[in-house]
Amino acid sequence: MRVELDEPKCVASGQCVLAAPEVFDQRDEDGIAFLLDETPGADSLDGVREAVAVCPAAAIRLAER
Amino acid sequence: MADTLVPDFPMPRAARCPFDPPPALKELQQQAPLVKVRQWDGSESWLVTRYADQRALLGDPRVSADPDRPGYPTKASPAAGEGKLSFIMMDDPEHARLRRMVTAPFAVKRVEALRPAVQRIVDGLIDDLLAGPNPADLVETFALPIPSLVICELLGVPYADHAFFQDHTKTMVHRDATPEQRGQASREVAAYLAGLIGERVTRPQEDLLSGIAGRVIAGELTHQQATEMALLLLIAGHETTANMIALGTLALLQHPDQLALLRESDDPRFIAGAVEELLRYLHITHLGRRRAVTEDIEIGGQVVKAGEGLIMVNEIGNRDPEVFADPDRLDLTRDARRHVAFGFGVHQCLGQPLARMELQVVYGTLYRRIPTLRPACALEDVPFKHDAFIYGVHELPVAW
Ligand code: HEM
Ligand code: SF4
Repeated sequence: MRVELDEPKCVASGQCVLAAPEVFDQRDEDGIAFLLDETPGADSLDGVREAVAVCPAAAIRLAER
Repeated sequence: MADTLVPDFPMPRAARCPFDPPPALKELQQQAPLVKVRQWDGSESWLVTRYADQRALLGDPRVSADPDRPGYPTKASPAAGEGKLSFIMMDDPEHARLRRMVTAPFAVKRVEALRPAVQRIVDGLIDDLLAGPNPADLVETFALPIPSLVICELLGVPYADHAFFQDHTKTMVHRDATPEQRGQASREVAAYLAGLIGERVTRPQEDLLSGIAGRVIAGELTHQQATEMALLLLIAGHETTANMIALGTLALLQHPDQLALLRESDDPRFIAGAVEELLRYLHITHLGRRRAVTEDIEIGGQVVKAGEGLIMVNEIGNRDPEVFADPDRLDLTRDARRHVAFGFGVHQCLGQPLARMELQVVYGTLYRRIPTLRPACALEDVPFKHDAFIYGVHELPVAW
């Protein structure tokens, strides 16, 4: 799977970090999310799906193959 | 007349079910996704009843959080406070500009670093509670001091001023305080914060106020805007967290099987899940997210017009059977993470990682340290905050 993050939309809610900490983290300077892993393995699928569902800013997209 | 069919909002809760949304509200949810409701001053707004529509509209840029926009719903009651405080009632791009100035300290990992300090605060207050009179009021002795002391820690309020800060923040939300007393306390806290920001401008330290002061130096904020921002952080996190602590404890005491699960678990993931479920179930910001529509929007086959108002009662969104099975049951084992207790869209709670961590520490500590905790009065005698902006209890007498 491929994860995309639309940074300018992010409101630093931290929800993705809670849902999939191995895929998402927040920048030190402003808490905006960034990807630790753009193509995470299948074990992360549930977590990433949850992140997509809870992100308040619709900033995360998941392309499954 | 068709007019008389417009229901009044807010509606009363059922006396026997203080944790459930008003029955009339649940009926509206079953009937239609959008319902016109009338407020105390006769004005009408659209009530958005269902989870999916609430999320869609809160995330829609054609929906404004600015109360000066035409159609923005009137405040919930004549007594409710007035006033726009910093970015919570602004739209992007200014909202985003200001919010991003204070997002860093609320990042999940930064908040996690505060956990030991919050644990110390909670343990200290439990020591004091146990050493004091029994029964005691849990709101006054425990629920209100926690967020006040935690925000002191985060903002960087010196220890010597904690008593002043706690006293005044308590008055700001106290039932017996007159509106004048509340206003006075709030002005004194604002003046105090303004002074502290001034000090940080000349002598910066490692705290949130110094971060805000830095923006003043850089010319990105006026001193006044900086003070309002600090006050927003205080106000938004104070009564909310306190009510989650007190109302959550009462709800658990009424559901002993659930309380037992929590007391017997030392799994941080279970405790975290329990916090999400209590947030979903209690939904203390019960009067809804209020917004104005700036361009016509079609939703569920209906058009809401520019200049109309929306009230998204997330309280019933969190009880939407389409999303949460058996929604009126408090079930600490369910996955409740998709709740909207922190709102949705760009205004979704900035303090949520902090609120979560505080509640995890509280729920994970209080009932283990005081296993015999019990209500010291009948449920009927507990004074609920039916008319308050944030739902909860004014007082919670407990014994152990
Ligand atoms: C359990 C406790 C809490 C609950 C239930 C809660 C709930 C909410 C909700 C529903 C909103 C959205 C308002 C809207 O969309 O109109 C919000 C926004 C906000 N909350 Fe919280 N909150 C809590 C704790 C906190 C804490 C601890 C802080 C900070 C110390 C905080 C700071 C804020 C701020 C600054 C906003 C405005 C965000 C924006 O407009 O971008 N909250 N909160
Ligand atoms: S969940 Fe969305 S808004 Fe929140 S930090 Fe992640 S990307 Fe940003």
